[in-house]
Amino acid sequence: MSLIPTIGLEVHCQLNTRTKIFCGCKLIFGGQPNSAVCPVCLGLPGALPVLNREAYRLGVRAVLALNGQPAERMKFDRKNYYYPDLPKGYQISQYDEPLGRGGWIEIDTPSGIKRVRLHRAHLEEDAGKLIHDQSPEYSHVDLNRAGTPLIEIVSEPDLDSSTEVYEYLTQLKAILKSARVSDCDMEKGHLRCDANVSVRRSASDPLGTKVEIKNLNSFKAVKAAVEHEIERQTAALAAGEVIRQETRLWDDNAGRTVAMRSKEEAHDYRYFPDPDLVPFHVDAVIVEAERQAMPEMPRQRRRRYVESLKLSDYDAGLLSQEREVSAFFEDTAARLGDIKAAANWMIGPVFAYLSAKGVTLDQTRLSPDLLSALARLALDNKMSFQAAKDKVFPEMAESGTAPEELMRRMGLEQVSDEGALDVWADEVIRENAKVVEEVRSGKDTAVMFLVGQVMKKSKGKANPGKVQTLLRSKLSS
Amino acid sequence: MTLARKTAHELRELYRAGSATPDQTVAELKSRIAAKDGRLNCYVGFDAAGSGVRRNVPQDRPLWGVPVAIKDNICVEGQEATCASKILKGYVAPYNATATERLLEAGAILLGRANMDEFAFGSSCESSCYGPTRNPWDAERVPGGSSGGSAASVAADLAIASLGSDTGGSIRQPASFCGVVGLKPTYGRVSRYGLIAFASSLDQIGPFTKDVRDCALLTSVLAGYDPKDSTSADVPVPDYLSEIGKSVKGLRVGLPEEYFGKGIQPEVEAAVRSAIEKLRALGVEVRPVSLPHTKYAVSVYYLVAPSECSSNLARFDGVRFGRRSEGARNLLEMYERSRGEGFGAEARRRIVLGTFALSSGYYDAYYLRAMRVRTLIRRDFEEAFKEVDALVTPTSPSAAFKIGEKSADPIQMYLSDIYTISANLAGVPALSMPCGLAQGLPVGLQLIAKPFDEQALFRLGSALERELAFPRSAAREAA
Repeated sequence: MSLIPTIGLEVHCQLNTRTKIFCGCKLIFGGQPNSAVCPVCLGLPGALPVLNREAYRLGVRAVLALNGQPAERMKFDRKNYYYPDLPKGYQISQYDEPLGRGGWIEIDTPSGIKRVRLHRAHLEEDAGKLIHDQSPEYSHVDLNRAGTPLIEIVSEPDLDSSTEVYEYLTQLKAILKSARVSDCDMEKGHLRCDANVSVRRSASDPLGTKVEIKNLNSFKAVKAAVEHEIERQTAALAAGEVIRQETRLWDDNAGRTVAMRSKEEAHDYRYFPDPDLVPFHVDAVIVEAERQAMPEMPRQRRRRYVESLKLSDYDAGLLSQEREVSAFFEDTAARLGDIKAAANWMIGPVFAYLSAKGVTLDQTRLSPDLLSALARLALDNKMSFQAAKDKVFPEMAESGTAPEELMRRMGLEQVSDEGALDVWADEVIRENAKVVEEVRSGKDTAVMFLVGQVMKKSKGKANPGKVQTLLRSKLSS
Repeated sequence: MTLARKTAHELRELYRAGSATPDQTVAELKSRIAAKDGRLNCYVGFDAAGSGVRRNVPQDRPLWGVPVAIKDNICVEGQEATCASKILKGYVAPYNATATERLLEAGAILLGRANMDEFAFGSSCESSCYGPTRNPWDAERVPGGSSGGSAASVAADLAIASLGSDTGGSIRQPASFCGVVGLKPTYGRVSRYGLIAFASSLDQIGPFTKDVRDCALLTSVLAGYDPKDSTSADVPVPDYLSEIGKSVKGLRVGLPEEYFGKGIQPEVEAAVRSAIEKLRALGVEVRPVSLPHTKYAVSVYYLVAPSECSSNLARFDGVRFGRRSEGARNLLEMYERSRGEGFGAEARRRIVLGTFALSSGYYDAYYLRAMRVRTLIRRDFEEAFKEVDALVTPTSPSAAFKIGEKSADPIQMYLSDIYTISANLAGVPALSMPCGLAQGLPVGLQLIAKPFDEQALFRLGSALERELAFPRSAAREAA
């Protein structure tokens, strides 16, 4: 039985502020437990929250980058529940007057570009962390993370498959990184995701019962969990069962979701307006400043690469995704003065190297300066493209040594000197009388064999283009 | 020696003239406390850490050398802050409230912590885990609440002045019962940072003093914008002291008819009406006004305040500070036991009430509707202040009642604040001052003004005070 899945995502993203959302504590990752805390984020009696303007500014920027509408007035609400990592017994979040509404993210699907609509985006504070491995009797509480600013981005249920889910997350991450809203470092938990999944028989049916999946800590986990959940619900319906509205936890090791709590057991969070934070009237100056200062988004960049740089849509897509990669590419192209060659170097050797090493550009010794110098050597026939790519490039990426020096050290300079080529060409013509005869009698392709022989004599250093021209002129006379 | 009897402004003059020192004042107060407080129970703790004094504050600061008592819900760094609750016993505040900081910078000496109803829930100071405070005028009677210790300490000359907090009358009603001056400032006038919250949208810190001039003096120290409190107002602080002694001729005051109806003790009404005649004689124009939504104030208050408190008190969970019940077998049990054992009956009642009012399915009918009616109550005041500069009412329907008289009946206890609650709901400033006696017990008169117009209260209050010659010394003698 093939059913139509409907998926919506709630993504929590850590804002790239210097300090916490309601106090002046620095945001640190790791560090001594409870070393970045104060009366406010510890929830000590009498302490009061004050909104960090930078968190608000980054939130507005995120909303704008996602094509949404920043609210004219927003307020904060308390979400009440008890847990040891939640110092105040409530989380400050936004309930019915969030930071922003609407917007969309464009994703690539086999049938073309699809706009996934966004429902809303709101600001909230993160909780602390429980540590269970320090003692057999006690759990420990680390509140360094408590009060970290988060933006929660809620999509409409517009996604149809786990592939679209993965693509949505990839695009969302690219946008948030490009806008410098967040570092989106998954390892550090900067991006966390809950998925709402339902299935139905036909597109004309009402949406099926929705199941929320939590504990999704990587894009791969989200994809796998959604796939598994679609299968689970499909099988259940096929067996005549009814889907229960519930929250399920993804078990990454077991590769399945397990029931966590039913609708009846759902928390009553008793949301109400936080009386400690007065409703916030949006600063139109900040919104306009953010609008003006908005960096180019990956999709815009892709369009520009196709339209102005004349790259193929595929190449443009690869090069536009990440701000770091795009900047590297554009810098290289500018230094080299050859867009196509720069693009080919990036998509070929550079991407292959990054993927083989599992690193990002800033973790290598590569620079636009080095890469453009190397590309220039090949373009100018100082060495062959093959030698540049296979021999010099990996060494340059590792050591950061200038490509000219590596070329010399490795003895890879191409010989274009007429005298040396002349001697080798004459020798080859002498030693291959039979082939020479074939060429002369009109079998033009045979000339490439002779070129190969000269290259062999030169130990690869001869410039193959020049050799061919020379041989043709000698054989035609 | 009579330094303990002095007001802050009198002490200032004595210090300036070199005829007394702060040490002498403190010593005198301490010996009085040693003699009297075993019975009155105004104080729950003293400054053992030495953090109640700031060194090297210049003598020209407004409260230099003035000993002050601080309600046990306002944080003083290095000292316990327990809200008179078992759940916070032993909790030492690691930082100063902004109000504390301002007092210290002004040169005040924070003598000790004043008793209160647990978490400021009450109107009699009987629900304290340290036992009740007694009224200096009659030790069989309550001092009012929740800031009972703050009011009684000033009335009995065990402090020169004190700080309390007022959520529904917790400064004005005890000021009325103890025959001292108490002010609830405009919401946002004084920072709440470091005040352990009861109901955040209603709470304000304010002073208890022996006269209106001291009230203006302390308010000018406490008032002002604080970037640490988002609800604090960035409104300039006028010169309150310049209002003292100014003519009140031509000012208009309103008598809200709803505040003089049934339920008021006849002697209380008589004392207030007689004071109103004195105002009239000073050239104040007195006219009737109406605050038609007054009858809903208590109901609205007992939805809004418990709702906020149910959330504000969630942090007392036994995890990071305060009482943790031993022997719990799991997390839920730890929460239930720590809170069940740590909170008193009234605190538990209000937490349950507020949790219910905010619950899904009841929120609209209770909390949201209460907030709408709250807006109507605020508009009543806005309308009235189009006609008059201030309102005059009794502070409480009765004089101090007997200890135990109302503690078994929460509704009767709640009605003790029927005249004070509206000012909190509307956010307007209100001052209570003694205006006479009812069967030998003080009667409080309440003056209410527009938001951020504390000046009107000081001007009217100081003018009336001169005419009344209230027998303040009676409390000192009785105590």
